[in-house]
Amino acid sequence: MSDLNLSCPTPLARYPAVVMAHGGGGRLMRDLIEGVFVRAFGSPRDAALHDAASLDPAGTAPHGLAFTTDAYVVRPLFFPGGNIGELAIYGTANDLAMAGARPRWMSAAFVLEEGLSIATLLRVVEAMRKAASDVGVEVVTGDTKVVERGRCDGMYITTSGVGVLSHDLPIGPAAVCQGDAVLVSGDVGRHGIAVMAEREGFQFGTTIQSDCAPLCAPVLDLVTGGIEVHCLRDLTRGGLASALVEIAEAARVTVAFQDQSVPVDQAVRGACELLGFDPLHVANEGRFVAFVPEPQSELALSLLRRHPVSAGAVQIGTVRATGEGIVLAETIGGERPLDMLSGELLPRIC
Amino acid sequence: MKFVEEYRRPDEVRSVARALASVARSSWTIMEVCGGQTHAIIRFGLDQLLPPQVTLVHGPGCPVCVTPIELIDRAIAVARERNVIFCSFGDMLRVPGSSADLMAARAAGADVRIVYSPLDAVEIARANPAKEIVFFAVGFETTAPANAGAVQIARARGITNFTVLVSHVLVPPAIRAIMDAPDSAVNAFLAAGHVCTVTGYEEYEELADRYHMPIVVAGFEPLDIMLAMLACVEALEGGEVGVQNRYARSVRREGNPPAMQAVSNVFETTDRKWRGIGMIPGSGLALRPEYADFDAERRFGVSDILAEESMVCMSGKVLQGLIRPTQCPAFGTQCTPENPLGATMVSSEGACSAYYRYRRVQVRPGS
Repeated sequence: MSDLNLSCPTPLARYPAVVMAHGGGGRLMRDLIEGVFVRAFGSPRDAALHDAASLDPAGTAPHGLAFTTDAYVVRPLFFPGGNIGELAIYGTANDLAMAGARPRWMSAAFVLEEGLSIATLLRVVEAMRKAASDVGVEVVTGDTKVVERGRCDGMYITTSGVGVLSHDLPIGPAAVCQGDAVLVSGDVGRHGIAVMAEREGFQFGTTIQSDCAPLCAPVLDLVTGGIEVHCLRDLTRGGLASALVEIAEAARVTVAFQDQSVPVDQAVRGACELLGFDPLHVANEGRFVAFVPEPQSELALSLLRRHPVSAGAVQIGTVRATGEGIVLAETIGGERPLDMLSGELLPRIC
Repeated sequence: MKFVEEYRRPDEVRSVARALASVARSSWTIMEVCGGQTHAIIRFGLDQLLPPQVTLVHGPGCPVCVTPIELIDRAIAVARERNVIFCSFGDMLRVPGSSADLMAARAAGADVRIVYSPLDAVEIARANPAKEIVFFAVGFETTAPANAGAVQIARARGITNFTVLVSHVLVPPAIRAIMDAPDSAVNAFLAAGHVCTVTGYEEYEELADRYHMPIVVAGFEPLDIMLAMLACVEALEGGEVGVQNRYARSVRREGNPPAMQAVSNVFETTDRKWRGIGMIPGSGLALRPEYADFDAERRFGVSDILAEESMVCMSGKVLQGLIRPTQCPAFGTQCTPENPLGATMVSSEGACSAYYRYRRVQVRPGS
């Protein structure tokens, strides 16, 4: 493994301009983050490139605060099972939850396209209000800009969030240990297929609903339920595969899992077969993976299954060894290493 | 999911693999010529179930991989034209031309759109009468009927702002080229189920006779592929020549005559360059003269764009089954899915990409 240079030496040089794949949640995106942003803003705290940073401003909270930010662009703005407003609240709340923090305050900045109907804007904002109330977060500051028609897809939203930590667990890839159980909170791939089906007008005989949902409650239950949570990651672009590979590489561990044990909805699997996608690479907005000590796996699953959003939680694999950051999927014939999505998820030709 | 999970049951697949191992006495090399099969073989680890005396090599079965580099350059030149909306299947966007790919052309301002059917491109043409819509018509016999249909529909509806950039290729001439190569080591072929669904397999009977070999028409699921491999090895061991159809739930001997009729109405055979392999006579489809109005190369005057392939990239040898992807010195170092030198590293159906994704732990470059 070590004799393979897996990160291309000049990955950004191949594209002198930003291409769509730089936002696809895969390797090109990580090259961009590491080559541009971490280089400029990086600090030791970011070493793990985790979903949220833990802050420790003296005296503000006994266990410190978590802070995160995310920008939301989606076409169409409304899709089966969600909309950009819910994504903007739940997504940022979920990033805080992945640090084991309870989301408390958020900012929201809107970039609106000239011509966007006010009725649409109101629907989105109402969805945000309701979503914020669901997760117990207050939107305390915001900003609005309008750009000319054609310069954005209706609207873009950026939210930043602050959450309060109520534990001292060092949740993140560095805490992952050999023997950890790898849990996934439910079936994967629904959000990506739901949005694509709506955008492209695909009919799969049934309407696939996005899994867009807040994950704070089940995660906080794990933490308060005595589970020694080692790592959490919500599955967004790039899917389960990219999340597992990111964690395995950051933690330098071998994660082994059974391909067939990953829950995938029948309609999602069918759509993926038709389009030539691997469900492990398809986006989610209401799913996460948790690395917990193997002896606590059953207890963790039972805590997760109390919540509708994670009722389908299962163990999919284990951390087999340390030293080499790799994810192995058990197949019929043996094992195959799983890679992150390379760039954009592109439909295969036939 | 019906017709998928039944064909992915590990116990049944392994039991066929055991039968195959007990049948195989001599050393045999079998080639599959279908990117979908390559993908399934690697994804499910089917080649790891084969006994050491049976070698499976991955032939030039991925349409993305065999599209010649100069055609990618022509596509980019057309896409950069001011008034053009260039429509393509998704995985063609990342195929490197000699200096760029369609994704970079899009980032630089070209209107490049992913479509899922050529009919989507016809619809875009109807909705944008002031624009020129070009569809990148690539693929084997499988995609040719839909592309022929799109051209016929455009003509019937009087849509004149629609053209196709054609790079269709045909499987049987490629099999001939592989078997006629002096260093060919292939003993038998798995034929691609989807191609044969369209074309039938009469032409493969001639090939089997000519080269005294078995050809087995195979599907795409693990059990389909292993059963076809078993049939292949049994035929080789028994000295049997001829075609067997092990994908009978989809393939008939005569194929799909209306689809073939649509293809021959619109296209005629032509000599075609294959990326990594070179010119194969009679191995492609081109628009018939009566459909020349729909020829994007002609409309945009790009036929004179020529290009040479990377000297480092050994995808041609990979496509002919002469080396495995991991035997290329650039594999995993200079050439990765993020920075592909050749098209076999781009498409998820490409042999190099499939190996990179699924096999790079077990193998080392040059091993």
